Amino acid sequence: MKSILLGTAALAMTATVAMAQDVVRMGTEGAYPPYNFINDAGEVDGFERELGDELCTRAEVTCEWVTNDWDSIIPNLVSGNYDTIMAGMSITPEREEVIGFTQNYTQPDPSAYLVLSGMEDIDLSGAVIAAQTGTIQAAFVAEMGATLVEYATPDETVAAVRNGEADAVLADKSYLAPVADESDDVMLLDQDEMIGGGVGMGVRQSDTELKEKFDAAIQSMKDDGSLNELLVKWEIGAPF
Amino acid sequence: MFSWCTDPSAIDGLAWLSCYLTTGKHLSIYVSVGTVLLLLAITAPVALAFGFGGAMAARSHFAPLSWLGKAYIAIVRGVPDIAFFLFFVIALDQFFEWLRHEVKCPDWDQPIRQGNDFVVCAEAKLPLSTAAQWVHETYGFSLAVLTFSIVFGAFAANVLFGAMRAVPHAQLETAEAYGMSRRQTFWRILVPQMWVYALPGLSNLWMVLIKATPLLFLLGVEDIVYWARELGGSKTAKFTDYPHPDWRVWYFLALLVFYLAFTRVSEIVLGRIMKRLTHGQATMGGEAQRKAS
Repeated sequence: MKSILLGTAALAMTATVAMAQDVVRMGTEGAYPPYNFINDAGEVDGFERELGDELCTRAEVTCEWVTNDWDSIIPNLVSGNYDTIMAGMSITPEREEVIGFTQNYTQPDPSAYLVLSGMEDIDLSGAVIAAQTGTIQAAFVAEMGATLVEYATPDETVAAVRNGEADAVLADKSYLAPVADESDDVMLLDQDEMIGGGVGMGVRQSDTELKEKFDAAIQSMKDDGSLNELLVKWEIGAPF
Repeated sequence: MFSWCTDPSAIDGLAWLSCYLTTGKHLSIYVSVGTVLLLLAITAPVALAFGFGGAMAARSHFAPLSWLGKAYIAIVRGVPDIAFFLFFVIALDQFFEWLRHEVKCPDWDQPIRQGNDFVVCAEAKLPLSTAAQWVHETYGFSLAVLTFSIVFGAFAANVLFGAMRAVPHAQLETAEAYGMSRRQTFWRILVPQMWVYALPGLSNLWMVLIKATPLLFLLGVEDIVYWARELGGSKTAKFTDYPHPDWRVWYFLALLVFYLAFTRVSEIVLGRIMKRLTHGQATMGGEAQRKAS
Protein backbone atom coordinates (compact mmCIF):
# COMPACT_ATOMS: atom_id res chain seq x y z
CA MET A 1 0.00 0.00 0.00
CA LYS A 2 2.70 2.34 1.05
CA SER A 3 4.70 1.68 -2.09
CA ILE A 4 1.61 2.27 -4.21
CA LEU A 5 1.10 5.61 -2.50
CA LEU A 6 4.71 6.51 -3.05
CA GLY A 7 4.40 5.42 -6.64
CA THR A 8 1.40 7.67 -7.22
CA ALA A 9 3.19 10.52 -5.52
CA ALA A 10 6.20 10.00 -7.77
CA LEU A 11 3.93 9.83 -10.79
CA ALA A 12 2.17 13.01 -9.75
CA MET A 13 5.51 14.70 -9.32
CA THR A 14 6.81 13.69 -12.73
CA ALA A 15 3.53 14.89 -14.19
CA THR A 16 3.97 18.32 -12.70
CA VAL A 17 7.58 18.39 -13.84
CA ALA A 18 6.47 17.59 -17.36
CA MET A 19 3.84 20.31 -17.18
CA ALA A 20 6.28 22.91 -15.99
CA GLN A 21 8.60 21.85 -18.80
CA ASP A 22 5.94 22.59 -21.36
CA VAL A 23 7.02 26.20 -21.64
CA VAL A 24 10.33 26.31 -23.45
CA ARG A 25 12.27 29.55 -23.38
CA MET A 26 14.08 30.13 -26.66
CA GLY A 27 17.21 32.27 -26.47
CA THR A 28 18.32 34.23 -29.54
CA GLU A 29 20.47 37.23 -30.38
CA GLY A 30 18.07 39.28 -32.50
CA ALA A 31 20.78 40.94 -34.59
CA TYR A 32 21.58 38.49 -37.39
CA PRO A 33 19.17 38.73 -40.32
CA PRO A 34 17.93 36.61 -41.99
CA TYR A 35 18.41 34.10 -39.15
CA ASN A 36 17.03 36.27 -36.37
CA PHE A 37 16.38 39.98 -35.98
CA ILE A 38 14.05 42.41 -34.27
CA ASN A 39 11.39 43.56 -36.72
CA ASP A 40 9.79 47.01 -36.93
CA ALA A 41 7.19 46.02 -34.36
CA GLY A 42 9.97 45.22 -31.88
CA GLU A 43 9.47 41.44 -31.98
CA VAL A 44 11.88 38.63 -32.75
CA ASP A 45 11.51 37.73 -36.42
CA GLY A 46 13.39 35.84 -39.11
CA PHE A 47 14.08 32.31 -40.30
CA GLU A 48 14.70 30.93 -36.82
CA ARG A 49 11.60 32.56 -35.36
CA GLU A 50 9.41 30.96 -38.00
CA LEU A 51 11.22 27.64 -37.78
CA GLY A 52 11.26 27.67 -33.99
CA ASP A 53 7.53 28.37 -33.72
CA GLU A 54 6.80 25.51 -36.12
CA LEU A 55 9.12 23.15 -34.20
CA CYS A 56 7.39 24.06 -30.95
CA THR A 57 3.99 23.29 -32.47
CA ARG A 58 5.24 19.91 -33.64
CA ALA A 59 6.92 19.13 -30.31
CA GLU A 60 3.72 20.27 -28.55
CA VAL A 61 5.38 22.80 -26.29
CA THR A 62 4.71 26.49 -25.75
CA CYS A 63 7.62 28.69 -26.65
CA GLU A 64 8.67 32.06 -25.35
CA TRP A 65 11.36 34.07 -27.16
CA VAL A 66 14.11 35.85 -25.24
CA THR A 67 16.94 37.98 -26.61
CA ASN A 68 20.38 37.82 -25.07
CA ASP A 69 23.77 39.30 -25.87
CA TRP A 70 25.82 36.96 -28.09
CA ASP A 71 28.79 37.11 -25.70
CA SER A 72 26.91 35.59 -22.78
CA ILE A 73 24.44 33.45 -24.74
CA ILE A 74 26.05 30.11 -23.76
CA PRO A 75 26.65 30.87 -20.03
CA ASN A 76 23.01 31.89 -19.64
CA LEU A 77 21.85 28.67 -21.29
CA VAL A 78 23.87 26.36 -19.03
CA SER A 79 22.80 28.41 -16.03
CA GLY A 80 19.17 27.76 -16.96
CA ASN A 81 17.91 31.25 -17.82
CA TYR A 82 16.46 29.84 -21.03
CA ASP A 83 16.28 26.36 -22.48
CA THR A 84 17.48 26.54 -26.08
CA ILE A 85 19.66 28.68 -28.31
CA MET A 86 18.48 29.39 -31.85
CA ALA A 87 20.86 32.08 -32.97
CA GLY A 88 22.47 30.96 -36.19
CA MET A 89 24.93 28.99 -34.10
CA SER A 90 26.99 26.51 -36.09
CA ILE A 91 27.73 23.13 -34.59
CA THR A 92 31.44 22.91 -33.75
CA PRO A 93 33.44 20.48 -31.59
CA GLU A 94 34.49 23.34 -29.25
CA ARG A 95 30.89 24.32 -28.55
CA GLU A 96 29.84 20.68 -28.20
CA GLU A 97 32.17 20.39 -25.23
CA VAL A 98 29.99 22.90 -23.38
CA ILE A 99 26.46 22.47 -24.73
CA GLY A 100 24.52 19.90 -26.72
CA PHE A 101 23.11 20.43 -30.21
CA THR A 102 20.11 19.00 -32.03
CA GLN A 103 20.65 17.83 -35.58
CA ASN A 104 21.46 20.66 -37.94
CA TYR A 105 18.55 22.58 -39.48
CA THR A 106 20.64 24.28 -42.18
CA GLN A 107 23.26 22.85 -44.48
CA PRO A 108 26.81 23.93 -43.71
CA ASP A 109 26.46 27.49 -44.98
CA PRO A 110 29.39 28.95 -46.90
CA SER A 111 31.02 31.95 -45.28
CA ALA A 112 31.83 34.86 -47.57
CA TYR A 113 34.13 37.88 -47.55
CA LEU A 114 32.64 41.35 -47.86
CA VAL A 115 35.00 44.11 -49.07
CA LEU A 116 34.73 47.67 -50.34
CA SER A 117 33.83 47.83 -54.04
CA GLY A 118 36.89 47.77 -56.25
CA MET A 119 38.95 45.79 -53.77
CA GLU A 120 38.51 42.39 -55.44
CA ASP A 121 42.28 41.89 -55.80
CA ILE A 122 42.85 42.06 -52.06
CA ASP A 123 45.47 39.71 -50.57
CA LEU A 124 43.49 38.11 -47.77
CA SER A 125 46.45 36.53 -45.98
CA GLY A 126 47.89 39.96 -45.22
CA ALA A 127 44.58 41.76 -44.71
CA VAL A 128 42.80 42.99 -41.60
CA ILE A 129 39.63 40.91 -41.34
CA ALA A 130 36.65 41.68 -39.13
CA ALA A 131 34.47 38.98 -37.55
CA GLN A 132 32.00 38.76 -34.69
CA THR A 133 33.50 37.67 -31.37
CA GLY A 134 33.14 34.00 -30.56
CA THR A 135 32.04 32.90 -34.04
CA ILE A 136 33.46 30.12 -36.19
CA GLN A 137 34.57 32.81 -38.63
CA ALA A 138 36.66 34.54 -35.95
CA ALA A 139 38.39 31.26 -35.15
CA PHE A 140 38.93 30.63 -38.86
CA VAL A 141 40.56 34.05 -39.45
CA ALA A 142 42.81 33.62 -36.44
CA GLU A 143 43.96 30.28 -37.84
CA MET A 144 44.59 31.45 -41.41
CA GLY A 145 47.10 33.98 -40.15
CA ALA A 146 45.42 37.23 -41.21
CA THR A 147 44.96 40.02 -38.67
CA LEU A 148 41.67 39.50 -36.85
CA VAL A 149 39.58 42.30 -35.40
CA GLU A 150 36.54 41.24 -33.42
CA TYR A 151 33.27 43.11 -32.88
CA ALA A 152 30.38 42.42 -30.54
CA THR A 153 27.62 42.50 -33.16
CA PRO A 154 27.49 41.47 -36.85
CA ASP A 155 26.41 44.96 -37.86
CA GLU A 156 29.58 46.48 -36.42
CA THR A 157 31.77 44.18 -38.55
CA VAL A 158 30.19 45.61 -41.70
CA ALA A 159 30.53 49.16 -40.37
CA ALA A 160 34.24 48.46 -39.76
CA VAL A 161 34.80 47.75 -43.45
CA ARG A 162 32.86 50.84 -44.50
CA ASN A 163 34.90 53.15 -42.28
CA GLY A 164 38.23 51.52 -43.10
CA GLU A 165 39.02 49.86 -39.78
CA ALA A 166 39.09 46.50 -41.52
CA ASP A 167 39.70 45.39 -45.12
CA ALA A 168 37.12 42.61 -45.17
CA VAL A 169 34.38 40.91 -43.13
CA LEU A 170 34.10 37.15 -42.88
CA ALA A 171 30.56 36.04 -41.98
CA ASP A 172 27.79 33.70 -43.12
CA LYS A 173 27.03 34.33 -46.78
CA SER A 174 23.28 34.48 -46.12
CA TYR A 175 23.90 37.41 -43.76
CA LEU A 176 26.28 39.31 -46.05
CA ALA A 177 24.49 38.76 -49.37
CA PRO A 178 21.52 41.12 -48.69
CA VAL A 179 23.96 43.76 -47.43
CA ALA A 180 26.03 43.56 -50.62
CA ASP A 181 22.93 43.45 -52.84
CA GLU A 182 21.46 46.66 -51.55
CA SER A 183 24.49 48.92 -51.45
CA ASP A 184 27.01 49.87 -54.13
CA ASP A 185 29.89 50.62 -51.79
CA VAL A 186 30.49 47.01 -50.72
CA MET A 187 30.67 43.69 -52.57
CA LEU A 188 31.27 39.99 -51.95
CA LEU A 189 34.45 38.21 -53.06
CA ASP A 190 34.02 35.13 -55.24
CA GLN A 191 35.95 33.08 -52.73
CA ASP A 192 33.83 31.19 -50.15
CA GLU A 193 34.97 29.28 -47.11
CA MET A 194 33.20 26.13 -45.99
CA ILE A 195 33.38 26.17 -42.20
CA GLY A 196 31.16 24.71 -39.52
CA GLY A 197 28.79 21.78 -39.51
CA GLY A 198 25.54 23.60 -40.18
CA VAL A 199 23.39 25.47 -37.71
CA GLY A 200 21.68 23.54 -34.92
CA MET A 201 19.64 24.32 -31.86
CA GLY A 202 21.74 24.51 -28.70
CA VAL A 203 20.42 22.80 -25.56
CA ARG A 204 21.87 21.92 -22.16
CA GLN A 205 23.77 18.65 -22.29
CA SER A 206 21.71 17.29 -19.40
CA ASP A 207 18.45 18.15 -21.17
CA THR A 208 18.31 15.00 -23.30
CA GLU A 209 14.50 14.88 -23.29
CA LEU A 210 14.18 18.31 -24.90
CA LYS A 211 16.93 17.51 -27.40
CA GLU A 212 15.09 14.33 -28.50
CA LYS A 213 11.81 16.22 -28.85
CA PHE A 214 13.31 18.87 -31.09
CA ASP A 215 15.42 16.34 -33.00
CA ALA A 216 12.22 14.51 -33.88
CA ALA A 217 10.47 17.78 -34.83
CA ILE A 218 13.36 18.85 -37.09
CA GLN A 219 13.42 15.40 -38.69
CA SER A 220 9.69 15.59 -39.41
CA MET A 221 10.15 19.01 -41.03
CA LYS A 222 13.01 17.65 -43.13
CA ASP A 223 10.89 14.67 -44.18
CA ASP A 224 7.85 16.61 -45.33
CA GLY A 225 9.85 19.34 -47.06
CA SER A 226 8.56 22.20 -44.93
CA LEU A 227 12.09 22.98 -43.71
CA ASN A 228 13.25 23.39 -47.31
CA GLU A 229 10.42 25.82 -47.97
CA LEU A 230 11.60 27.98 -45.08
CA LEU A 231 15.24 27.79 -46.23
CA VAL A 232 14.23 28.97 -49.69
CA LYS A 233 11.94 31.68 -48.34
CA TRP A 234 14.66 33.21 -46.16
CA GLU A 235 17.45 32.45 -48.70
CA ILE A 236 19.61 30.45 -46.34
CA GLY A 237 22.16 28.14 -47.97
CA ALA A 238 21.29 24.99 -49.86
CA PRO A 239 18.12 22.97 -49.15
CA PHE A 240 18.36 19.44 -47.75
CA MET B 1 0.89 54.32 -35.60
CA PHE B 2 -0.48 57.08 -37.86
CA SER B 3 -2.92 56.62 -40.72
CA TRP B 4 -0.36 57.64 -43.36
CA CYS B 5 2.15 54.98 -42.26
CA THR B 6 0.73 52.05 -44.24
CA ASP B 7 3.30 52.33 -47.02
CA PRO B 8 6.48 53.94 -45.65
CA SER B 9 8.36 53.65 -48.95
CA ALA B 10 5.92 56.07 -50.61
CA ILE B 11 6.33 58.92 -48.14
CA ASP B 12 9.33 61.03 -47.19
CA GLY B 13 10.42 63.96 -45.08
CA LEU B 14 8.66 64.63 -41.79
CA ALA B 15 5.84 62.19 -42.48
CA TRP B 16 8.37 59.39 -42.94
CA LEU B 17 10.22 60.43 -39.82
CA SER B 18 7.04 60.52 -37.76
CA CYS B 19 6.30 56.95 -38.83
CA TYR B 20 9.88 55.81 -38.35
CA LEU B 21 10.12 57.20 -34.83
CA THR B 22 6.89 55.52 -33.74
CA THR B 23 7.55 51.93 -34.83
CA GLY B 24 7.16 49.28 -32.14
CA LYS B 25 10.91 49.02 -32.04
CA HIS B 26 11.30 52.72 -31.30
CA LEU B 27 8.67 52.53 -28.58
CA SER B 28 11.01 50.01 -26.92
CA ILE B 29 13.79 52.57 -26.65
CA TYR B 30 11.38 55.10 -25.10
CA VAL B 31 10.33 52.47 -22.58
CA SER B 32 13.97 51.70 -21.83
CA VAL B 33 14.56 55.37 -20.92
CA GLY B 34 11.92 54.83 -18.25
CA THR B 35 13.64 51.60 -17.19
CA VAL B 36 16.94 53.40 -16.71
CA LEU B 37 15.33 56.23 -14.72
CA LEU B 38 13.44 53.73 -12.58
CA LEU B 39 16.63 51.80 -11.94
CA LEU B 40 18.38 54.98 -10.79
CA ALA B 41 15.44 56.00 -8.63
CA ILE B 42 15.40 52.66 -6.81
CA THR B 43 19.13 51.95 -6.76
CA ALA B 44 20.25 55.27 -5.30
CA PRO B 45 18.37 55.00 -1.96
CA VAL B 46 19.01 51.25 -1.67
CA ALA B 47 22.73 51.71 -2.34
CA LEU B 48 22.79 54.52 0.22
CA ALA B 49 21.19 52.18 2.75
CA PHE B 50 23.79 49.48 1.95
CA GLY B 51 26.49 52.13 2.35
CA PHE B 52 25.10 53.34 5.63
CA GLY B 53 24.92 49.79 6.94
CA GLY B 54 28.44 49.06 5.72
CA ALA B 55 29.86 52.21 7.30
CA MET B 56 28.07 51.54 10.60
CA ALA B 57 29.40 47.98 10.61
CA ALA B 58 32.93 49.10 9.76
CA ARG B 59 33.12 51.52 12.70
CA SER B 60 31.44 49.11 15.11
CA HIS B 61 33.21 48.35 18.40
CA PHE B 62 32.27 44.70 18.00
CA ALA B 63 35.31 43.34 16.12
CA PRO B 64 33.71 40.65 13.87
CA LEU B 65 31.06 43.14 12.68
CA SER B 66 33.76 45.68 11.96
CA TRP B 67 35.74 43.08 9.97
CA LEU B 68 32.61 42.21 8.03
CA GLY B 69 31.99 45.87 7.14
CA LYS B 70 35.59 46.46 6.17
CA ALA B 71 35.78 43.25 4.14
CA TYR B 72 32.61 44.21 2.23
CA ILE B 73 34.06 47.63 1.40
CA ALA B 74 37.48 46.30 0.42
CA ILE B 75 36.35 43.31 -1.66
CA VAL B 76 33.57 44.94 -3.65
CA ARG B 77 35.59 48.08 -4.32
CA GLY B 78 38.49 45.95 -5.52
CA VAL B 79 36.64 43.78 -8.04
CA PRO B 80 36.14 45.27 -11.53
CA ASP B 81 32.48 46.17 -12.16
CA ILE B 82 32.23 44.16 -15.34
CA ALA B 83 33.54 40.99 -13.69
CA PHE B 84 31.13 41.55 -10.84
CA PHE B 85 28.23 41.97 -13.23
CA LEU B 86 29.11 38.94 -15.33
CA PHE B 87 29.81 36.40 -12.60
CA PHE B 88 28.22 37.59 -9.40
CA VAL B 89 24.73 37.88 -10.85
CA ILE B 90 24.72 34.40 -12.35
CA ALA B 91 26.07 33.06 -9.05
CA LEU B 92 23.43 34.98 -7.07
CA ASP B 93 20.66 33.67 -9.31
CA GLN B 94 21.95 30.12 -8.93
CA PHE B 95 22.21 30.56 -5.16
CA PHE B 96 18.53 31.61 -4.92
CA GLU B 97 17.48 28.71 -7.12
CA TRP B 98 19.56 26.28 -5.06
CA LEU B 99 17.89 27.49 -1.85
CA ARG B 100 14.43 27.01 -3.36
CA HIS B 101 15.52 23.65 -4.74
CA GLU B 102 16.56 22.44 -1.27
CA VAL B 103 13.20 23.47 0.17
CA LYS B 104 10.85 22.46 -2.62
CA CYS B 105 12.40 19.29 -4.01
CA PRO B 106 13.89 17.27 -1.14
CA ASP B 107 13.40 14.04 -3.13
CA TRP B 108 15.57 15.12 -6.05
CA ASP B 109 18.29 12.51 -6.50
CA GLN B 110 20.33 13.99 -9.34
CA PRO B 111 23.30 16.29 -8.81
CA ILE B 112 22.79 20.05 -9.18
CA ARG B 113 25.87 20.34 -11.36
CA GLN B 114 25.82 18.03 -14.34
CA GLY B 115 28.94 18.72 -16.34
CA ASN B 116 28.62 22.35 -17.36
CA ASP B 117 24.97 22.54 -16.53
CA PHE B 118 23.25 23.93 -13.50
CA VAL B 119 20.07 21.92 -13.06
CA VAL B 120 17.40 22.38 -10.43
CA CYS B 121 13.90 20.95 -10.40
CA ALA B 122 11.30 22.84 -12.42
CA GLU B 123 9.47 24.06 -9.30
CA ALA B 124 12.62 25.74 -8.01
CA LYS B 125 13.26 27.78 -11.13
CA LEU B 126 13.28 31.48 -10.45
CA PRO B 127 11.07 32.71 -11.92
CA LEU B 128 9.16 29.60 -13.02
CA SER B 129 9.66 28.92 -16.69
CA THR B 130 5.86 29.04 -17.04
CA ALA B 131 5.77 32.60 -15.70
CA ALA B 132 4.88 35.42 -18.05
CA GLN B 133 7.63 37.34 -19.78
CA TRP B 134 7.09 40.45 -17.64
CA VAL B 135 7.78 38.38 -14.51
CA HIS B 136 11.12 37.33 -15.99
CA GLU B 137 11.88 40.93 -16.86
CA THR B 138 10.96 42.18 -13.41
CA TYR B 139 13.10 39.49 -11.83
CA GLY B 140 16.06 40.43 -14.04
CA PHE B 141 15.51 44.07 -13.19
CA SER B 142 15.44 43.32 -9.45
CA LEU B 143 18.69 41.36 -9.74
CA ALA B 144 20.16 44.38 -11.51
CA VAL B 145 19.00 46.74 -8.75
CA LEU B 146 20.47 44.43 -6.11
CA THR B 147 23.80 44.12 -7.90
CA PHE B 148 24.10 47.83 -8.57
CA SER B 149 23.21 48.50 -4.92
CA ILE B 150 25.85 46.12 -3.60
CA VAL B 151 28.54 47.62 -5.83
CA PHE B 152 27.67 51.26 -5.25
CA GLY B 153 26.84 50.55 -1.62
CA ALA B 154 30.47 49.58 -1.04
CA PHE B 155 31.70 52.87 -2.45
CA ALA B 156 29.06 54.79 -0.50
CA ALA B 157 30.09 52.92 2.66
CA ASN B 158 33.65 54.10 2.19
CA VAL B 159 32.51 57.69 1.65
CA LEU B 160 30.23 57.63 4.71
CA PHE B 161 32.88 55.93 6.83
CA GLY B 162 35.25 58.80 6.04
CA ALA B 163 32.51 61.41 6.56
CA MET B 164 31.69 60.03 10.00
CA ARG B 165 35.30 60.43 11.02
CA ALA B 166 35.44 63.96 9.62
CA VAL B 167 32.86 65.30 12.08
CA PRO B 168 34.87 67.29 14.68
CA HIS B 169 35.59 65.10 17.67
CA ALA B 170 34.81 67.94 20.06
CA GLN B 171 31.15 67.70 19.00
CA LEU B 172 30.98 64.08 20.13
CA GLU B 173 32.77 64.80 23.39
CA THR B 174 30.38 67.63 24.12
CA ALA B 175 27.44 65.34 23.49
CA GLU B 176 28.89 62.84 25.92
CA ALA B 177 29.44 65.59 28.50
CA TYR B 178 25.72 66.38 28.22
CA GLY B 179 25.06 62.80 29.21
CA MET B 180 23.98 61.39 25.86
CA SER B 181 24.40 57.68 25.36
CA ARG B 182 26.56 56.38 22.53
CA ARG B 183 23.47 55.66 20.43
CA GLN B 184 22.05 59.13 21.03
CA THR B 185 25.37 60.74 20.14
CA PHE B 186 25.46 58.76 16.91
CA TRP B 187 21.94 59.56 15.73
CA ARG B 188 21.57 63.12 17.04
CA ILE B 189 25.05 64.56 16.64
CA LEU B 190 27.14 62.50 14.27
CA VAL B 191 24.68 61.54 11.53
CA PRO B 192 23.12 65.00 10.97
CA GLN B 193 26.55 66.60 10.71
CA MET B 194 28.31 64.03 8.56
CA TRP B 195 26.21 64.59 5.39
CA VAL B 196 28.03 67.78 4.52
CA TYR B 197 31.29 65.85 4.41
CA ALA B 198 29.73 62.92 2.58
CA LEU B 199 27.89 64.81 -0.14
CA PRO B 200 30.80 65.59 -2.49
CA GLY B 201 31.76 61.91 -2.54
CA LEU B 202 28.16 60.77 -2.85
CA SER B 203 27.44 63.15 -5.70
CA ASN B 204 30.44 61.71 -7.53
CA LEU B 205 28.99 58.25 -7.05
CA TRP B 206 25.62 59.40 -8.37
CA MET B 207 27.25 60.72 -11.54
CA VAL B 208 29.14 57.45 -12.02
CA LEU B 209 25.95 55.48 -11.39
CA ILE B 210 24.09 57.41 -14.10
CA LYS B 211 26.77 56.50 -16.59
CA ALA B 212 27.05 52.87 -15.43
CA THR B 213 23.53 51.96 -16.55
CA PRO B 214 24.66 50.48 -19.91
CA LEU B 215 26.01 47.57 -17.82
CA LEU B 216 22.34 46.60 -17.58
CA PHE B 217 22.48 44.71 -20.85
CA LEU B 218 25.01 42.32 -19.34
CA LEU B 219 22.16 41.34 -17.04
CA GLY B 220 19.73 40.86 -19.91
CA VAL B 221 17.86 44.13 -19.30
CA GLU B 222 17.58 46.04 -22.56
CA ASP B 223 18.78 49.57 -21.85
CA ILE B 224 19.02 52.70 -23.98
CA VAL B 225 22.55 52.04 -25.22
CA TYR B 226 21.56 48.58 -26.43
CA TRP B 227 18.58 50.01 -28.31
CA ALA B 228 20.61 52.88 -29.75
CA ARG B 229 23.09 50.39 -31.16
CA GLU B 230 20.37 48.07 -32.43
CA LEU B 231 18.24 50.83 -34.00
CA GLY B 232 21.17 52.77 -35.39
CA GLY B 233 22.80 49.83 -37.16
CA SER B 234 22.31 49.79 -40.93
CA LYS B 235 19.10 48.10 -42.07
CA THR B 236 18.50 46.45 -45.42
CA ALA B 237 15.15 46.83 -47.15
CA LYS B 238 14.54 43.10 -47.04
CA PHE B 239 13.98 42.98 -43.32
CA THR B 240 12.37 46.32 -42.53
CA ASP B 241 10.02 48.88 -44.04
CA TYR B 242 12.44 51.63 -43.01
CA PRO B 243 15.84 50.81 -44.54
CA HIS B 244 18.67 53.18 -43.66
CA PRO B 245 22.49 53.22 -43.58
CA ASP B 246 24.55 53.26 -40.40
CA TRP B 247 22.83 55.89 -38.23
CA ARG B 248 24.45 54.99 -34.94
CA VAL B 249 26.12 58.39 -34.73
CA TRP B 250 22.70 60.12 -34.54
CA TYR B 251 21.40 57.76 -31.91
CA PHE B 252 24.50 58.12 -29.81
CA LEU B 253 24.30 61.88 -30.22
CA ALA B 254 20.81 61.72 -28.74
CA LEU B 255 22.18 59.63 -25.87
CA LEU B 256 24.94 62.19 -25.34
CA VAL B 257 22.38 64.97 -25.03
CA PHE B 258 20.27 62.83 -22.68
CA TYR B 259 23.17 62.02 -20.38
CA LEU B 260 24.56 65.56 -20.40
CA ALA B 261 21.15 67.05 -19.61
CA PHE B 262 20.60 64.51 -16.89
CA THR B 263 23.95 65.08 -15.20
CA ARG B 264 23.48 68.85 -15.49
CA VAL B 265 20.12 68.67 -13.70
CA SER B 266 21.71 66.44 -11.07
CA GLU B 267 24.49 68.97 -10.55
CA ILE B 268 22.01 71.77 -9.95
CA VAL B 269 19.96 69.73 -7.49
CA LEU B 270 23.05 68.50 -5.64
CA GLY B 271 24.34 72.06 -5.46
CA ARG B 272 21.14 73.14 -3.71
CA ILE B 273 21.28 70.27 -1.26
CA MET B 274 24.90 71.12 -0.47
CA LYS B 275 23.95 74.72 0.23
CA ARG B 276 21.28 73.62 2.67
CA LEU B 277 23.51 71.09 4.44
CA THR B 278 26.33 73.61 4.80
CA HIS B 279 24.11 75.92 6.79
CA GLY B 280 25.46 76.36 10.32
CA GLN B 281 28.34 73.92 9.86
CA ALA B 282 31.89 74.53 11.08
CA THR B 283 33.25 74.24 7.56
CA MET B 284 34.61 76.86 5.19
CA GLY B 285 31.33 76.88 3.28
CA GLY B 286 29.34 77.28 6.50
CA GLU B 287 31.57 80.10 7.63
CA ALA B 288 31.15 81.92 4.30
CA GLN B 289 27.35 81.58 4.56
CA ARG B 290 27.44 83.02 8.10
CA LYS B 291 29.48 86.04 7.02
CA ALA B 292 27.28 86.70 4.00
CA SER B 293 24.07 86.79 5.97
